[in-house]
Amino acid sequence: MSRPLRLSLGGAIDRKKPVNFQFNGRQLCGYKGDTLASALLANGIHLVSRSFKYHRPRGIFASGTEEPNALVQLEVGPRTLASHQATKIKLYEGLKAFSANCWPSPAFDLLGILGFFHRILPAGFYYKTFMWPRWGWKIYEYLIRHIAGLGYCPRQPDPDRYDHMNAHTDILIIGSGPSGLAAAIEASHSSARIIIVDENSKFGGRLLSDNSKINNKSGPDWAAQQESILASNPNVKMLRNTTAFGYYDHNLIGMIENLTGPITGVKDKKRQRLWKIRAKQVVLAQGAFERPLVFSDNDRPGVMLAGAIRTFLNKYAVIPGRRVALFVNNDDAYRTALDLNAHGVEVVVVIDLRKEATGVLPNRTISEGIEVVEDAAITGVIGKSHVKKIEVMMLSEDGKSVQGEKRFFDCDLIGISGGWNPAVHLHSHTNGKTVWRKDDGVFIPGKTLQNIISIGACSGNFSLQSCLKDGWTAGKKVVKLTGFSSKKTNSPKDTENIPEQPWRNIWIIPSNAPAGQNDKHFVDQQHDVTAADIQLAAREGYQSVEHTKRYTTLGMATDQGKTSNIPGHAILAEILGKEVSAIGTTTFRPPYTPVTIGALAGPYTGLLFAPIRRSPMHYWHESNGAIWEDVGEWKRPWYYPKRNESMRDAVARECLATRNSVGILDASTLGKIDIQGPDSAEFLNRIYTNNWENLEIGCCRYGIMLREDGMVMDDGVTSRLGKNHYLMTTTTGNAASVLAWLEEWSQTEWPTLKVYFTSVTEQYATITLSGPNARLLLEEFTNDIDLGGGAFPAMQYREGTVGGFRARVFRISFTGECAFEINVQASGGANLWANFVNAGEKYGITPYGTETMHVLRAEKGYIIVGQETDGTVTPYDLGMNWIISKNKDFIGRRSLNRPDTARDDRKQLVGLLPNDKTEILPEGGQIVSQLQATYPIPMIGHVTSSYHSPILGRSFALALIKGGKKRLGQTVHVPLVERTITCQVTSHLFYDKEGHRLNG
Amino acid sequence: MKKYSIFSLLRNSINFHQDWQKAWRSPDPKSCYDVIIIGGGGHGLATAYYLAKEHGITNVAVLEKGWLGGGNTGRNTTIIRSNYLWDESAALYEKSLQLFEGLSQDLNYNIMLSQRGVLNLAHNLHDLREINRRVNAIRLNGIDSEFLNVNQIKAFIPIINISRKIRYPILGASLQRRGGVARHDAVAWGFARAGDARGVDIIQNCEVTGIVHEKGRVSGVETTKGFIGAKKLGIVVAGHSTVLAGMAGLRLPIQSYPLQAMVSEPIKPIINCVVMSNAVHCYVSQSDKGELVLGAGIDSYNSYGQRGSLNVIEDQLAALCELFPLFSRLRLIRQWGGIVDTSPDASPIISKTPIDGLYLNCGWGTGGFKATPGSGWVFAHTIATDQPHELNAPFRLERFTSGALIDEHGAAAVAH
Amino acid sequence: MLVIECPWCGPRSEEEFTNGGEAHIKRPSKPSALSDEEWADYVFMRKNTKGIFLERWSHSSGCRRWFNAARNTITNEIAAIYHINEKPPKEIS
Repeated sequence: MSRPLRLSLGGAIDRKKPVNFQFNGRQLCGYKGDTLASALLANGIHLVSRSFKYHRPRGIFASGTEEPNALVQLEVGPRTLASHQATKIKLYEGLKAFSANCWPSPAFDLLGILGFFHRILPAGFYYKTFMWPRWGWKIYEYLIRHIAGLGYCPRQPDPDRYDHMNAHTDILIIGSGPSGLAAAIEASHSSARIIIVDENSKFGGRLLSDNSKINNKSGPDWAAQQESILASNPNVKMLRNTTAFGYYDHNLIGMIENLTGPITGVKDKKRQRLWKIRAKQVVLAQGAFERPLVFSDNDRPGVMLAGAIRTFLNKYAVIPGRRVALFVNNDDAYRTALDLNAHGVEVVVVIDLRKEATGVLPNRTISEGIEVVEDAAITGVIGKSHVKKIEVMMLSEDGKSVQGEKRFFDCDLIGISGGWNPAVHLHSHTNGKTVWRKDDGVFIPGKTLQNIISIGACSGNFSLQSCLKDGWTAGKKVVKLTGFSSKKTNSPKDTENIPEQPWRNIWIIPSNAPAGQNDKHFVDQQHDVTAADIQLAAREGYQSVEHTKRYTTLGMATDQGKTSNIPGHAILAEILGKEVSAIGTTTFRPPYTPVTIGALAGPYTGLLFAPIRRSPMHYWHESNGAIWEDVGEWKRPWYYPKRNESMRDAVARECLATRNSVGILDASTLGKIDIQGPDSAEFLNRIYTNNWENLEIGCCRYGIMLREDGMVMDDGVTSRLGKNHYLMTTTTGNAASVLAWLEEWSQTEWPTLKVYFTSVTEQYATITLSGPNARLLLEEFTNDIDLGGGAFPAMQYREGTVGGFRARVFRISFTGECAFEINVQASGGANLWANFVNAGEKYGITPYGTETMHVLRAEKGYIIVGQETDGTVTPYDLGMNWIISKNKDFIGRRSLNRPDTARDDRKQLVGLLPNDKTEILPEGGQIVSQLQATYPIPMIGHVTSSYHSPILGRSFALALIKGGKKRLGQTVHVPLVERTITCQVTSHLFYDKEGHRLNG
Repeated sequence: MKKYSIFSLLRNSINFHQDWQKAWRSPDPKSCYDVIIIGGGGHGLATAYYLAKEHGITNVAVLEKGWLGGGNTGRNTTIIRSNYLWDESAALYEKSLQLFEGLSQDLNYNIMLSQRGVLNLAHNLHDLREINRRVNAIRLNGIDSEFLNVNQIKAFIPIINISRKIRYPILGASLQRRGGVARHDAVAWGFARAGDARGVDIIQNCEVTGIVHEKGRVSGVETTKGFIGAKKLGIVVAGHSTVLAGMAGLRLPIQSYPLQAMVSEPIKPIINCVVMSNAVHCYVSQSDKGELVLGAGIDSYNSYGQRGSLNVIEDQLAALCELFPLFSRLRLIRQWGGIVDTSPDASPIISKTPIDGLYLNCGWGTGGFKATPGSGWVFAHTIATDQPHELNAPFRLERFTSGALIDEHGAAAVAH
Repeated sequence: MLVIECPWCGPRSEEEFTNGGEAHIKRPSKPSALSDEEWADYVFMRKNTKGIFLERWSHSSGCRRWFNAARNTITNEIAAIYHINEKPPKEIS
């Protein structure tokens, strides 16, 4: 039996806790502390999935967030997760994972056939074909869509819940590697509030992967010690399993905290939490991503980043290969050779791109008996579904081609390293500039407007010593910047502090044939973008870095190009003969790593999606069978069907009861604005189109307000309660915007007018009694208000006691009947309502909803703002010339005199009577004057309101029609899909034109 | 221009695709052009193309300060539809949709027009009335449009949540089957390539810094590549209309706001149409690659920053999860912002200006992409003949003075 | 996402505020004396400045007071906050 792939000692796994899991149906075992990737490697599994475009076999390439290849569908059923990185999934008991993008298996994948056609599938091939025949795209697209798409969406609603949290802090430190920890420790000596976050469950970052020493302690031990110091400090909040995904304006950072691991649905526990953290100072210590080398067939399973090999070895105690070749351009990667060798893993060879590898680490490697081949490159990888052998050749003088004899080395793992790229993502989200550092070819953070200090590897300082120093310095600095004082301390030190030699960047590693002509040099592995694709894009003129990205889809996969962007851009720059800085980098955008949609939505779905506003009488309506209408946030009774009653029958019953006896309506939702101050009348004069100076105390007046462009904005009745005291009513939907409108004008334009506004909508319950018996009923409830027609005429207001409550009673009618609007304190509404209903039984009192209200008001030709108006209607269009004062200015008046608003062929409000009395026009029906067989048919207007009128015994409608006032008596048509309704244009007043009932 | 086809693709594959032509040249600017179009987005490139194709004017330059299609052309959610309320808008957007329908063949560039249907949802009685009004108006204008009841909606998109128990249940929808999506970059690139082939000079990285006009007539532009003379000048710079018009001393009724959009990870086909909801504020479709493409309303304050606020995204995704609870576990992979130039009536301005030879095309708000070919077509006509085509005559700048606004906000959502 | 310093309540998140567009637009005292063009200029034409923009905000979910701000529309930096009927600080204007 061969030696196990798991080391017997070391790593952050718990060997006492085995964890069973399934991969593609195979039962496997790992340990607590493993990721799915480390557990698969420990089981000897490299091949995880197939690639997006060519369906090439792909393995585990990295060890963390940057993984482009090892994607799995996690679990089945409603909790399934699409294309998750095996390197980011913490192993748990019973985990079930399936390879992404292959069928039936990653080893034998039917769509692997696409790989044979790769020659005709270069970047952007789809722009050049599939255009014939013209209708063909539908079919091509169907196929393309079904081939594309990596994972599967769950087919049931998400059973998990999510949470949102806001926090403020003085100092936010993102990343807990050596620099982040050093910064946090230093800052924690002050009394500043600190939050430090890390995407992993353990602090330490790279220290957990490397065999380093700080202050003579091992990296993991030092990290654990700092972690416990921070944990004991009450000023420090530590967020683990938390990824900062976006940096927004004014130092707001969005983060996702994983509360239950990737999948396990723990009952009553929320799955993820969105943190929105506002920080005074932010320290970015996100580290760096190792840069791959772009060489021939560099995507084969078994090709892995050199640093990832160390992570698997040191953090997870897994041996990812038995015979390892390394292909590098820097000293740091030699640590992988040394670590492997120390664990007895055979390192076959180190191929170094540099002309000489003379640093301390290469020398140490050579002294351990490992062969190092300088100035050479891997020119081929043998082994389709797993690396078997590499082909190596020497580089030419300029590094652009290879020469000499081929050498072959047997190996099952290739560790590659092209240096490191600082993770400048969050910095970039702020529109922060990045600066190209020519020496080693990296983008480092430049200027930003936000309060950021980038430190350590993410600022381009890669050595452990400089990370520690950076962190220590930044810790001091942010303490000072946030106004606290720090203590005298010493920076922690890298015990070894080994100097390193410069890297050598060769962006396309040469092979026997130009890239793409023999085999493929992958740049973006998830999207199968090759060096040849980038060359093609440049050749075809897609030379802006954004064009190249979009044409080839470079960096647009779920890994957002963490390993591919820089090599891709450098290759483009090389082709164009420009500096990388000259072609620019694409701006990184949030999110840094993919963010669950449900976590951003948070708990604000279902009942919490929007608040429900309920009137004081809501529960009476509910228990009396009201059907609801949503009006903004309000629930209003639409109608009250009796058992088995249709809507039409219910509305007819409600209408007739109101016309013939008495109806009762809940009007509490109408906006009520209390207006006080000596200049109230003057203010109303400027807002409303009519005159308000002469309104007596105790009187009410209908008003219309316009926007400054002359269009109707809202209407309602305003009553004068006292010398300097008015009560304005608004439509339900516009209550908030009208209040804002009044405040805006008074504060910004007329600050000298003494007038003040208070919303009292929710302070009062409003009950409307309407109909010939309204007065009789109300008389039973009041002793101190004389309700007689002479004493209390229409459009007046009285105060008194109604049913034991202090009440404001308005004789305002929206039905055309004698009507009283009774306002009492909200808490009394339900009581009074019930009493009215009980006492009114003898009159057959009938509660009516919004539908009946609409019918009754339409019979009287009263408009509803938002139904008869749509933001393009003036009061003239509504036939309300009488409401426009000629002797004063008001908002919107000047606009009414513009040539196109003063035309008399504008759409005007009229009535319509269908020739067939039983035919009800659909609201929104379009009106034509002449029928014709060909389209377009010229339209002259539309139906705004349409009902059956029980009292008239026929259908009727309101409409806006071009030049409508001149069309009275004409015949018009409303063509519908299945039939056409013919009607006569009439006045929009249908019932009690003289107003006897209202004034009676 | 060498033609693209499956045969050219096969032929070029033999030679490892070494022989493809540049899609467009990168010429140095000439000293003078008959027409200069400022703005190398879809609308500007389309204008140049139709100037050449329909009017034979080929001494044309398109000046782009960055890269082609780098503004809203490359930042939108690619929705195409012509279901507009007013006759004027319907005619303009329908012209555009008709041009889209033959555009891949016309440009010999596959713009991947996918007419998968656009659904606008109604969530209250007011929405229903408005949707009916639209459906009827659009239909009588000869444009396809139909009303779907809740069961028909469910049949059309099986994954949608039609529960009566959600806060704002779905009550109905309008459907335009000819609506859909197209590949936004391809539209810009296709117009660029076809325009270039007809002689149009496309000049990138050339920022206009001044508009030169004398005695009420334009004579050219100052740019980062020097002065370039022009007999006529068209400004088509969504996101910067005010800035450019300001160089000619014009004031515009335009405000610029961020509009955010985002995509999810790619998944196998799950939603086969475009769904839009104004009341709960989100829209969604799925790209050919499999990503859900999501958008919503604009942020609330003027900005040229091309990025928006997180809270806008949260609200929108809550709306998405209401309509599609099964999307909750998918993940967003990219989020970005564009700058949209909004006009007071939510309709564009395609117009002559008080300065002779200076033409303006702006104010498309959140919906410019769908108008790309139509906008270019009428703007080319306006520039070539020095008078608006009847399709864009109503969209003149003077309407704000005369009061003939074309209000496409939809009726205000209020009820009594 | 902005933090806006309400002159009455202090720094608050953008979600509490309503933006009111360009500041310092004076309503004409005699609209009827204006030409159609002049009136349209007042109603519709806006500066829409790229750079430091003088704008109005209302703390609509707070004290409901209006105030002015000078905000850079490229970076969203707020350079000054001042009272609604004040002129912008000298260093801004």
